[in-house]
Amino acid sequence: MMNFDYIRPASVSEAIAAASEQGATYLASGTNLLDLMKGGISRPSRLVDVTRLPGLDRIERLADGSLRIGALVRNADLAHDAEFARSYPAVAEALLSGASAQLRNAATVGGNLMQRTRCAYFYDAASACNRRWPGAGCDARHGENRLHAVLGWSEGCIATHPSDFCVPLVALDAVVEIEGRSGRRELPLEALHRLPGDTPERETALEPGDLIVALRLPAEAQGFAAHARYIKVRERTSYAFAVVSAATGLRIEDGKIREARLALGGVAAKPWRAREAEQVLAGAAPDIAAYREAARAALAEAKPSGDNAFKIELAQRIVVRALALAAAGTPDRIAALPGSPFSSVTGA
Amino acid sequence: MNLPISLTINGVRRDIALDDPRVTLLDLLRERLDLTGTKKGCDRGQCGACTILVDGRRINSCLALAVSHDGAEITTIEGIARGDQLHPVQAAFIAHDGFQCGFCTPGQIISAIGLIEEGQAGDDPERVREGMSGNLCRCGAYQGITEAVLEAQADITASKQRRSA
Repeated sequence: MMNFDYIRPASVSEAIAAASEQGATYLASGTNLLDLMKGGISRPSRLVDVTRLPGLDRIERLADGSLRIGALVRNADLAHDAEFARSYPAVAEALLSGASAQLRNAATVGGNLMQRTRCAYFYDAASACNRRWPGAGCDARHGENRLHAVLGWSEGCIATHPSDFCVPLVALDAVVEIEGRSGRRELPLEALHRLPGDTPERETALEPGDLIVALRLPAEAQGFAAHARYIKVRERTSYAFAVVSAATGLRIEDGKIREARLALGGVAAKPWRAREAEQVLAGAAPDIAAYREAARAALAEAKPSGDNAFKIELAQRIVVRALALAAAGTPDRIAALPGSPFSSVTGA
Repeated sequence: MNLPISLTINGVRRDIALDDPRVTLLDLLRERLDLTGTKKGCDRGQCGACTILVDGRRINSCLALAVSHDGAEITTIEGIARGDQLHPVQAAFIAHDGFQCGFCTPGQIISAIGLIEEGQAGDDPERVREGMSGNLCRCGAYQGITEAVLEAQADITASKQRRSA
């Protein structure tokens, strides 16, 4: 690990000033960053430790009915907050399906949003990677790429975004609150992560010094609580990133789907909102024919980036499964194996 | 560079002058404080051998910078028995053969204490297995580990009830 200056700012404005320097980066719990630093993949010359900034560890209901989650709230605390889990069950399920209990106890909301790809070539300093080294090439493109992207990829980068948490958040129109050198601004979470195009090294819409201070779920996000699931296929039962995943929320009235939300994980460089599929579902009866049509619409633009054509079929099946499980009703308690399509919960 | 920090480790306050910000809690415990019960397996947050309690919560000490945890209260495997009296989780691991080579065991035991404290698994073996999935055991003692955690959880719950009755 390269040496660095360690700075512990007392306020958000001090943090922004310290992190605006070339080579500086924010440190929250560090569960991803320290791993990358140990591998020589991230080489910051300065770490700005934000973990003690006051006021960023609260979960609060705002007057307009939205929920504001401070960037330093720990993943485990959010998932186990009873009111949160009741109001946004797919988000709680996604959180609990990710990583291990130890990592969830440490990892923060803001840190999860800033998590880097888990592409093995990105993690291997000896491999060519346009994300790490613009113009170097992409060894994943013709390498071991069965887990890589099938949507929104480019010749320059076929990596996927690893977060579970972000998938239902994007489906629920979450908003990110950012403090930066020119003050406070907001961004839909969907616009935070970028598709690679010709500039895969630009992973997010953040500028130097920008600090995520909170995440907000709009009032209407609670309207999907009765029919919400996050379903995730992994290569082992637990403690693994998604091969593909789907988050969905349905508003069902008078035997018809009034409104549907759907997003996919593990398929692209960002959490993938499937609006065409949502339109297919709006007004339809909650049945297998509608789910299959929605799944086809969600993956209509998909194409393999390598040895991963199976993910296109698998993603459609996971969409169908997630929709069917959500339509059957959100379980009273999150399954013993959160997000698992093999869960033993009744109705799953 | 001199970074003074203070930690309470197994109930004892330690004032430490860190000479390098890169030191993790794991390396601090093992290399500088001679507390080698906490193990270094992968050093990348994947195996759980380095699990410790920080302010009562289990985390991977290999992915935690010591300097960032100034003021924290830390419990390691060395700090859970009372003299010769084993912690109920330690006793249950022996009773159920919850180990073979023993390398992952300190992490398993601390993780189990964290799991029981979190109170999410109860007496459901599937929830215990899921809750312990961040601790790998290459000898494959998982069956004994699960039984040990279930028994310790029952013991600890019963003794808490006795105390409050």
